[in-house]
Amino acid sequence: MASEHIVGIDLGTTNSLVAFMQGDTPVVIPGDDGLNLLPSVVALDANSHPVIGNAARNSLIETPERAVYSIKRLMGRGMEDIQEELKLFPFRLAEDLQPGEVLRIKLGDKTFTPPEISALILRQLKRNAERYFVGPVTKAVITVPAYFNDAQRQATKDAGRIAGLEVLRLVNEPTAASLAYGLDKKQNGIIAVYDLGGGTFDISILKLHDGIFEVIATNGDTHLGGDDIDNLMITIALDDIRGDLSLDLRRNAEAVQAIRKAVIEAKIALSSEPSVKLDIELPGAHHYRREITREQFEQLIQPVIDRTLGPCKQALKDANLKPEQIEEVVLVGGSTRIPKVRALVKELFHREPHTGLNPDEVVALGAAVQANILGGGSEATQNMLLLDVTPLSLGIEVAGGVTDKIILRNSTIPASATQFYTTQVDGQANVAIHVLQGERELATDCRSLARFDLKGIPPMAAGIPRVEVKFLIDANGILHVSAREQRSGKEAEIQVQPSYGLTDDQVENMILDSFDNAEEDFRRRQVIEARNEAATILAALEKGKKSAAWGQLTTDEKKQIAKMEKALVAVKAEDDYQAIRKAIDTLNQGTTRLAELMMDTAVTSALKGKKMDETDLGEGPTAPHPMAKAEFE
Amino acid sequence: MRAAHFCESCGKVQPPAPVDYFTFFGLPPKLQVDVAALEKDFYELSRKLHPDLNAKDGSKEQEWSLEQSSLLNDAYRTLRDPIKRTQYLLKLEGVELEEQSKTATEQARSTGELKKQIVPPDLLEEVFEVNLHLEELRMQKKMGEDDPALLEEIGKAKLSLETKYEALLGELQNDWKSWDSLIDRGADGLADRSQILAKMVDVLNRRNYIRNLVRDVNAVLEE
Repeated sequence: MASEHIVGIDLGTTNSLVAFMQGDTPVVIPGDDGLNLLPSVVALDANSHPVIGNAARNSLIETPERAVYSIKRLMGRGMEDIQEELKLFPFRLAEDLQPGEVLRIKLGDKTFTPPEISALILRQLKRNAERYFVGPVTKAVITVPAYFNDAQRQATKDAGRIAGLEVLRLVNEPTAASLAYGLDKKQNGIIAVYDLGGGTFDISILKLHDGIFEVIATNGDTHLGGDDIDNLMITIALDDIRGDLSLDLRRNAEAVQAIRKAVIEAKIALSSEPSVKLDIELPGAHHYRREITREQFEQLIQPVIDRTLGPCKQALKDANLKPEQIEEVVLVGGSTRIPKVRALVKELFHREPHTGLNPDEVVALGAAVQANILGGGSEATQNMLLLDVTPLSLGIEVAGGVTDKIILRNSTIPASATQFYTTQVDGQANVAIHVLQGERELATDCRSLARFDLKGIPPMAAGIPRVEVKFLIDANGILHVSAREQRSGKEAEIQVQPSYGLTDDQVENMILDSFDNAEEDFRRRQVIEARNEAATILAALEKGKKSAAWGQLTTDEKKQIAKMEKALVAVKAEDDYQAIRKAIDTLNQGTTRLAELMMDTAVTSALKGKKMDETDLGEGPTAPHPMAKAEFE
Repeated sequence: MRAAHFCESCGKVQPPAPVDYFTFFGLPPKLQVDVAALEKDFYELSRKLHPDLNAKDGSKEQEWSLEQSSLLNDAYRTLRDPIKRTQYLLKLEGVELEEQSKTATEQARSTGELKKQIVPPDLLEEVFEVNLHLEELRMQKKMGEDDPALLEEIGKAKLSLETKYEALLGELQNDWKSWDSLIDRGADGLADRSQILAKMVDVLNRRNYIRNLVRDVNAVLEE
């Protein structure tokens, strides 16, 4: 008997849902407004409290600078890869963002990373479920696009953790949909899942056999979805308005959002009506009126939906199958309601697609089925097992800037590969490894997944150590690395610098307290900042101890400093931020003379013609010395 | 004997043993494999070893589950494909294909030279002709000319190569029979084993060569 329900969550670009297995049937849990779909929109109200869902959608139009939508497009990405997104979406990046850093976007005057925004959505779903069960919900299965890379998956897991959920498994969206389908149909055969959502496109080909759901091949495009169709229509409207009314509204955020709302309604209407009339109220009491026929709409969107053909053909090729050999095509995602999309699917696979399942809900329902399986299963799911694949090849950068593929795409996961490394130089203790995902030959054309430093290799002559590095892609599609130096049997330490990702510490610091508990929040923040400052000054002191100036101190002075250092280290581990600050001040004062001495050394060295950066103290006598109090904005 | 993946009495996952892929599936190191039976075994073992179905066990079991199922997946992927299976057996027997060897690849990459490709002797004439035609075609395309007769020649040559390619699989399957009967007889004679292994290496090399050549032809045709 399950004491706690494990839920299945579809964290979508446009809408999010939470579901669970009720007996033999997966069921969506509604919000307190009675609706199954929670729009993936987050806004800050006047008091800077987060608002999620339909209420936030209104904010989009009234106070667009305090709201954000389609945050999934930014998950696990860096500044370099979102240039297209920035052109088409009103994301406001924090001003001081550096390349290689985790993205931060502005809502009002606060900044958030994409996982934090996603966490707010997840937390809302968590609350909806807890309200429904009248009990805690701490475990979930969350779905991701099959074509999401490692960084994007990790970001999703981070979002779950920040929201207070233990993410038991990340499931690929098309695979989840196939579970819902398979539970329903209970038939063996080869199926394709065509998933066109708000921001991502996936095509997966699966073999269903006696409860085993085996993915054979998967492909997709993580920059393609209904949003792109919306943007086309918005651009046309803006051009029209500029032409007809001589009004350039591209920078007018409220107007753009009003237009966006209207074109989305029109797009949806055109799935059942032959034509639709747009009538949008613009600033200055202007009206934009236009009729759009379905033919015009279909002509407009053809290039967008044609982009789904390439991945479909590649997936069929990888699966070694002809389109006719696919016995059923399951449609997933709101955008598959568009008649032209259905026509495209029918033409490609030579059969009518299966439309019996609600394309908005099927992924969440499938996630609930998987949640049930992980929880021990029930009668309905007894024989079910998901065998998924990794969508992208995993490679290592080798000499010449080339990628050496060690795990190929469409390999069933969990999957592993072992590589051996050795050293170039006598006594070399570290080896750097650059891991990539992608199909291209050159490392620069692939996606940088992470850089690993193997540390602690026992000192030996060059070429003698034999470090065995094991790469394992787990059932979530996330990479784990472990290393062992074979001759000594010593486990080498691996330090991961995730590209565009958050470190464990950063995630820990972000874990959402209840926003209602402002005082506790404030106190926690103070403790964190004080600890950071303490860490800085202790690190500076370490440097100071290695400098020539240290030798100029008397034994007594050194003893005093040691005492203050010890005190700070002790109090830093506690929760009293005021005590930490006091200890920092004390140490600051106690090291004033050391700082001065170090400054003198720096100046002297400079006079001797040495370069300033060799003494490691900043750019010149005006640079703050290492013991100076850090400046906060 | 299949490796003991899980305890017979309590059913819990065991730590993975360092066995080869054949032993993992309880198969002898023979090259003719009943792929349908292999698939059935794969599904059955997946149900026992997959992390999803061991999610409620202790963390040690979960770790073993992860390792066991990745080993299972690697083993299945290798054994069910005729070429990968052959290459794997060759590796177990300590034989390496010239073109496949990592050192050759790395050397080629670092020096920027092309890897040495030994032209199979029986193909020498055909290869020479095809390359000649390809050069002609490349030049013609540069000048914007069009010679349907040349295209037809190349088309025929490509078909001939593709037929040879298919036939090589048949040859390989014959070699499998020889290998398997050696194993059945329990023959330990190194000479016998080496002979068959060498034959299989030869077939794989020729197959690789032809595949690369056909790929080059297609590349020029599509230019």
